[in-house]
Amino acid sequence: MEELINIFVKSIFIDNMIFAYFLGMCSYLAVSKTVETSLGLGVAVIFVLAVTVPVNYLLDNYVLKAGALEWLLGEKALEIDLSFLSFIMFIAIIASIVQLVEMIVERFAPALYQSLGIFLPLIAVNCAILGAALFMQEREYSSLAQATTFAVGSGVGWLLAIVGIAAIREKIQYSNVPAPLKGLGITFIATGLMGIAFMSFMGITL
Amino acid sequence: MSLFSSKDLKLLTNPLSIDNPITVQVLGICSALAVTVKVQPAVVMSLSVMAVVAFSNVIISLLRNTIPARIRIIVQLVVAAALVILVDQVLKAFVYEISKQLSVFVGLIITNCILMGRLEAFALGNKPWPSFLDGIGNSAGYGAILITISIFREILGAGSIWGIQIIPASFYENGYINNGFMLLPPMALILVGIIIWIQRKYVKKLQTN
Repeated sequence: MEELINIFVKSIFIDNMIFAYFLGMCSYLAVSKTVETSLGLGVAVIFVLAVTVPVNYLLDNYVLKAGALEWLLGEKALEIDLSFLSFIMFIAIIASIVQLVEMIVERFAPALYQSLGIFLPLIAVNCAILGAALFMQEREYSSLAQATTFAVGSGVGWLLAIVGIAAIREKIQYSNVPAPLKGLGITFIATGLMGIAFMSFMGITL
Repeated sequence: MSLFSSKDLKLLTNPLSIDNPITVQVLGICSALAVTVKVQPAVVMSLSVMAVVAFSNVIISLLRNTIPARIRIIVQLVVAAALVILVDQVLKAFVYEISKQLSVFVGLIITNCILMGRLEAFALGNKPWPSFLDGIGNSAGYGAILITISIFREILGAGSIWGIQIIPASFYENGYINNGFMLLPPMALILVGIIIWIQRKYVKKLQTN
């Protein structure tokens, strides 16, 4: 249990998807104009992460890893290492699950579907989703619970980042930003400063 | 038939300045910030992206009249993933140390917005040769920014470029210390902000209101 809380807090603050690894920056920059849409997108990302990372974890552990196919093919499977196929398998899973999520959201929350527009299907190519799956594989979490906690934590961290920058961008409209910096430039600098602030969490161990 | 008409030349030169994928189109930001700590990984990353973007542009352009609209994204992802697996294996074989430094970011070329962006915006509607040039041009623009950022970060953060010590030892003896901050992620963001500032000051029409 302690391990899970550790992973959860670590993935929100210390291994923050945006500030530590810069994953998901494109939609982060494009959607963060208002807090409302950022909140909607953030929740969608948490949901997609919470579904795709565990599925990819199962796929990695029972099909792709070296010797993983033992449960199906017996002894001779110990030689087989399919991990080079990870990229294509992970992205296929992610694309299909996002398609599913899109259909579910359209059916059960049409208002949210309308407000997210093109960005819902674009979650499939959000680097944060594939990145989380690859990190999960690299860090070799030892159980499904750990992988899921990592996924939800990363999503929450992403949500915090995008809502934060949206709030700042809404207020910055009323400041005297120099013309060449308006819009994109000042957002980058503000994100950099937020990143420095998040680094204060780096030395924390639980 | 000329291989390089003036229109084609524009495909190569526009992304270097006025239509730069990172500072103007806002694509490909993720990897641009993460791999620019030193110049070597930045160069390897730019070349990898160039290979993937250029060839997937060609493949999708050749297939453009046969892909059904509904599964467009899936076909693009499959082509991209296959090319990235190839590039990843080549990197692991020939430059193993650097591929370790790049870690997950080579895999993330699949979701690199430049790749998806150019496939959707250009390759699906144009012939193979212009698509190839467009891919090369955009990755060159991306690479230019990556190399610029990494030169600043490496020289200020470690006193070297490409691993070769530039700042002489006498500076260190007299009290000069490497700016450790440059090696950390947030500085990359601020550096891109400054590059955008400089670019928009001189190319006024890029400024937003």
